[in-house]
Amino acid sequence: MNTQTQTVQVTTEEKPTTSKAEKISGSEAVIKCLLAEGVDLLYGYPGGAIMPIYDELYKYQEKLHHVLTRHEQGATHAAQGYARVTGKVGVAMATSGPGATNLVTGIADAQIDSTPMVCITGQVASHLLGSDAFQETDIIGISTPVTKWNYQITKASEIPEIMAKAFYIARSGRPGPVLIDITKDAQFGEVDFSYKKCEKVRSYKAIPELDIDKIKEAADLINSAKKPFIVFGQGVILGEAEKEFKTFIEKTDIPSASTLLGLSALETKHRLNVGLVGMHGNYAPNVLTNECDVLIAIGMRFDDRVTGNLETYAKQAKVIHFDIDPAEIDKNVKTDVAVLGDVKETLAEILPFVTKENHVTWLLEFQKLYDIELEKVINDQLNPTKEGLTMGEVLAGINKETKGDAVIVSDVGQHQMFACRYADFINTRSNITSGGLGTMGFALPASIGAKMGAPNREVIAIIGDGGYQMTIQELGTILQTEVAVKIVVLNNSFLGMVRQWQELFFDRRYASTVMKNPNFVKIAEGYGIEATRVSKREDLTDAIKTMIASENSYFLEVIIEQEGNVFPMIPTGASVSDIRLS
Amino acid sequence: MEEKQLYTVSVYTENNIGILNRLSAIFLKRHINIESMTVSKSEIDNVHRFTFVVVMTETLIRKVVGQLEKQIEVIRAFYHTEDEIIYQETALFKVSTEHLYDEEIQNKLKFRRANIVTITERFFVLEVSGLKEDIDRLYDKLKPYGLLQFVRSGRIAITRPKMAISELLQEMN
Repeated sequence: MNTQTQTVQVTTEEKPTTSKAEKISGSEAVIKCLLAEGVDLLYGYPGGAIMPIYDELYKYQEKLHHVLTRHEQGATHAAQGYARVTGKVGVAMATSGPGATNLVTGIADAQIDSTPMVCITGQVASHLLGSDAFQETDIIGISTPVTKWNYQITKASEIPEIMAKAFYIARSGRPGPVLIDITKDAQFGEVDFSYKKCEKVRSYKAIPELDIDKIKEAADLINSAKKPFIVFGQGVILGEAEKEFKTFIEKTDIPSASTLLGLSALETKHRLNVGLVGMHGNYAPNVLTNECDVLIAIGMRFDDRVTGNLETYAKQAKVIHFDIDPAEIDKNVKTDVAVLGDVKETLAEILPFVTKENHVTWLLEFQKLYDIELEKVINDQLNPTKEGLTMGEVLAGINKETKGDAVIVSDVGQHQMFACRYADFINTRSNITSGGLGTMGFALPASIGAKMGAPNREVIAIIGDGGYQMTIQELGTILQTEVAVKIVVLNNSFLGMVRQWQELFFDRRYASTVMKNPNFVKIAEGYGIEATRVSKREDLTDAIKTMIASENSYFLEVIIEQEGNVFPMIPTGASVSDIRLS
Repeated sequence: MEEKQLYTVSVYTENNIGILNRLSAIFLKRHINIESMTVSKSEIDNVHRFTFVVVMTETLIRKVVGQLEKQIEVIRAFYHTEDEIIYQETALFKVSTEHLYDEEIQNKLKFRRANIVTITERFFVLEVSGLKEDIDRLYDKLKPYGLLQFVRSGRIAITRPKMAISELLQEMN
């Protein structure tokens, strides 16, 4: 005993002369890394192979709040919601085997939607790797195609450097998910802990070098354009370039349309905001994509849901593409001028080279087509006179109460298109939806993360009756954390979007799209959440008012007409200009 | 329709576990078959070089190389057509010793088109390095003798134009 005490004393005395390093367990090192990265909130689910880290979480619970979700998938979506609303890196944690595989959907979602996220998984002890041990799965192999980077830590000594690298890679450049798999022996092992933030990885260029010649070339093209048109994406939000973007469009007077994920980067009612492009986007920007002379893509990636048939997409236009990711250039649409770099920098840089313009006649063309859409589609949706309630009028009701100030988290399907088409946004980072992957079940857990990331904002999840039941267990997370999210389920007792396609393209053969649903109100009440169901138009406004007024979480179910469709619509394989209004 | 052709893709990477998986996943997700592949240390310490041979259009190979280069641990990736590279492949042929003095085999040895690696009582092993066609030709010649074993390598290639990678790698070192 005495000898041991002496040794400890000697080490303590020597401490100042060596480095700041202290000997701690790998698990504690993980926690200290998270704290050093400014993490104060993470989502996860414990299990055998990650127990040492949870044991440390218990000790550090004052500084690092862990939210127990009801499924690991929920942890990833909550981390995504948190990341999307704050711009910070979301963190999710799970055990090995099924815990790790349950993360995969959320990781894939974060990858395709460029969401910064770090996932930490426990792994069986390193001497068991490859032996088909209990709850062993090759999560590195499984997650490789859907992560920006991943790494398996087998020694405690690797933890500080790898964790620093993980956070740097997740948030820098085009953000994305990183998975760190840590064997149980590495969690138990000892490490001389000192933390240095990572600022460079030699094989990785986060932001391409700015090329002033390309900027000038782009500016010349923009200045010579008679009918320039901008499509902006999430890059504007991820690059925190909302201000630069607005200054740029206001100077050049260019009509600007958003992709699904670009929504809220520019306020909905801005005079130059001409709506949403893509399959269920607005009439004017889709049709006029094929009439503009210069198409300026800013922080977007020409997804097939945006472009429709590429053979007939903006063929008449010169294309300028602003992006941070060189691999996006020419991937789908051939670019005439590629402006690589962080849009916050490139948009600021191009500003002095573009001339102040006035495109009033060109803008009028958007207005004319908008009026057609208003008459043929929008009015019927927002102010319907038919019997059944529409998804559009629910959104209109929400807009009226929130004045566009809420964070709208949508799931996937018809209700998502209505939410994205009709929700008003006055602040950036207000539209959170699963765009690229189209993950049903995203919204409920994502809204939990969003509300925790922006506790002072109203967060409203808009979900269909199908997607809701994919992650409905996260009501338990709401019960336990008392997070005040507002949940609106638009219930048409169908998997509505698939049903719409069956109606339009499969002769109304409603294969497995009819839903017999439970009593959602009772379920919510079972979780201690105040709940209401509305099925009549005259009750809708008050119900929305009550929901918004509530200081706690609230569940509102709205019974929607059963066979409503989302229009306009660009059928698969059609051109953007062949968008259908009915 | 744009024509498909053989491309040699050179990928310089960090020497870390799992990179092969990450690179092959890019080919996999576009449903591309890899004709051959070689991995080895490069001229720079701790930098590895993958050489893939694939058949595809130029439009596609450019996209694939962009996506390869985007991987965190990839330093640079290049693609080259057959004209732009000098390359070699190697093959070993194991043949029964009874054929050692056959004219065809003696001719190959005489004109140094192949080397004998080893001779035992039962078999001998011929080695040949050259273009893919050289190996194919010898294979066709030796096949009638009954090949006991035949193995060929992936491709190793050096470019005719200067590789932009050299200075970059030197700097990184």
